[in-house]
Amino acid sequence: MDNSTKKNKKIDISSGILSVLASLICIIIGLLVGLVILYCINSENALDGFSRILKGGFYLKPKGIGTVLAQTAPLIMTGLSVAFAFKTGLFNIGAAGQYTLGALGALYFALVLKMPWFVCLLAAMLFGALWGAIPGIFKAYFNVNEVITAIMFNWIGLYAVNEIIYKGVIGDMYDMKTTKTYTLRSTSPSSMIPDMGLNNLFKTKSTTIAIFIAIIIAIVVYIVINKTTFGYELKACGHNKEAARYAGINDKKNIVLSMTIAGALSGIGAGLYYLSGVAEWNPQVSTALPAMGFNGIPVALLALSNPIGVIFAALFVSHITVGGGYLPTKYFQPEIADVIIAVIIYLCAFVMLFKGMVLEAIANKKKKKDAQTQTSDMGKGAAE
Amino acid sequence: MLLLLKYTLLYAVVLMLVALGGMFSERSGVINIALEGIMAIGGLAGILVLVLCGDTLSPAALVILSIFASAAAGMLYSLLLGFSAITLKADQTIGGTALNMLATAAAVVIVKAFNNSASGGNGSASSKLTYSNTPFIFTAGPLTYNIFLIIGIVLLIAAYVFLYKTKYGLRLRACGEHPQAADSVGINVYKWRYTGVMISGFLGGIGGLAYIVPSVSTWNFEVGVTGFGFLALAVMIFGQWKPFRIAGAAVFFAVFKSLANIADATFLSNLHLSKNIYDMMPFIASMVILAFTSKNSQAPKAEGIPYDKGAR
Repeated sequence: MDNSTKKNKKIDISSGILSVLASLICIIIGLLVGLVILYCINSENALDGFSRILKGGFYLKPKGIGTVLAQTAPLIMTGLSVAFAFKTGLFNIGAAGQYTLGALGALYFALVLKMPWFVCLLAAMLFGALWGAIPGIFKAYFNVNEVITAIMFNWIGLYAVNEIIYKGVIGDMYDMKTTKTYTLRSTSPSSMIPDMGLNNLFKTKSTTIAIFIAIIIAIVVYIVINKTTFGYELKACGHNKEAARYAGINDKKNIVLSMTIAGALSGIGAGLYYLSGVAEWNPQVSTALPAMGFNGIPVALLALSNPIGVIFAALFVSHITVGGGYLPTKYFQPEIADVIIAVIIYLCAFVMLFKGMVLEAIANKKKKKDAQTQTSDMGKGAAE
Repeated sequence: MLLLLKYTLLYAVVLMLVALGGMFSERSGVINIALEGIMAIGGLAGILVLVLCGDTLSPAALVILSIFASAAAGMLYSLLLGFSAITLKADQTIGGTALNMLATAAAVVIVKAFNNSASGGNGSASSKLTYSNTPFIFTAGPLTYNIFLIIGIVLLIAAYVFLYKTKYGLRLRACGEHPQAADSVGINVYKWRYTGVMISGFLGGIGGLAYIVPSVSTWNFEVGVTGFGFLALAVMIFGQWKPFRIAGAAVFFAVFKSLANIADATFLSNLHLSKNIYDMMPFIASMVILAFTSKNSQAPKAEGIPYDKGAR
């Protein structure tokens, strides 16, 4: 018995190393594709462009680093949102819509009600949770795939939020002069997330403690998923709905709960972004869904849905996105960074399978050894 | 009323083409959530032909060449989905999502690079392309139609005949219902799934061109195809994966989509609803319908499950 737990631990560790390796392979191939694209567009400046993407925020110290941190905080949250749903067997493609609603919540409580920042952040969370609950309810009670519902409600949410902000349905938030929402700095400074001197350190305007809030939440999510009964029940539903129901777990309730929590996490992400004053909501231009929501998907995949891994994956993704912004527009397009990210997710979809194959091979080897000593057909049955 | 008819026809054809594409893919067992991206890439390829050859070719050749380019680009792009979903047995939803993101980003990069080189590289390239859509449009009676209406009807009938009246259609459907059984009688499941995915790329690519070109003469590729590919997925589900039902569902959704276009000119303007509300309507309608129809869904049984020869 003692011997076998030791062996299992060994596999756990090698699985962890393999996961990191698999993610690194995705990143490297993705970056190489980016380099090829740079060469195709302009071969003379390709290497310069590539080094700017690789340097990311470090290209323009210290301001760039501050920008990366400001972008990372909401990205950790949307990444956690997608990762949390993955852990419970759901694909939350609705992070973008939940993020949009979270933005409305944060901006409404900040610009109209002029509440302190933590109240605004809670509002963002609640608005996002509401939008996340809808796909959960449709999945649990109407048998509609959560992916379809979430996509539909992404668009419904986007149009609704644009309408509410532009027309001022629930209060005056829209500044005709800038065609954006009013800036928090001038309208409601107390709704800004405090920066604790980070802005001075990085010579930026919007680097706040949001990044620390996001990291703390990531750790909390890690503990909830891995160390609590509640997290275990959610995961059980994800692995096998029928078995979970047989064990007395209310699977419908858990599906709705998982999506609600995922939505709440995305909502907080929007709160961290807009309450830090990184940008204002623009209902005229925002006819496309916020990229922050969709970028949660590569973050979660790169991190293999591990909440702690999400922190690093989010840092990486915002690193190269900011780097893409430093590309000289005379030769290159900043969207090249988006192409690299999309290639990375495409690769993530199947590189993980190779990891699974390698692990299976290791397990089979071990089984063979066991079978030799125990001379039972257990190994054959378990290998399936 | 005529205006409503005009836009309904326009959108119905697009939704039908793309939803038929989704149907072929899913009937063979592969969930194609990448339709949105396939539309964007197909539309981009066709429009690039229009922009590049607009002055040199005759209108008829231009129409044929651009449609061909769209279909070819859609098929090539769908191969990426096939490769990850069929050959590598990856998660089909994730692969499709990646392709959607890649399509929008790549389209913007290509259009910007194209505009940048056209303007001599001053660095202020936009993500818009302007083209002439007159070769696609013709007038008959009180209405103007576009060429895709005819193509759509032909392809609808072709899809029905292929799927239900030929042995190839039967093989394709078998791969989506019970691939192990299909394999046991000598059908190459991988080959038929690739076929399904590529037909969906073909139809999705043409659908992208049919969506963008007839209605406007400038397109901003930053928005992709504004969620139309996803709407087509809802049409497909509402149409229960059957060609003529899909056509009916497409008309139904197209009415909702058209309301936004005719709101200013008709009695609807008295309601003083804004564009955002109308834009929301097809999505809300699809959710209401999905809620009622999904309980007894007739989805292909093996869709979304990668076929593994060794699995029992």
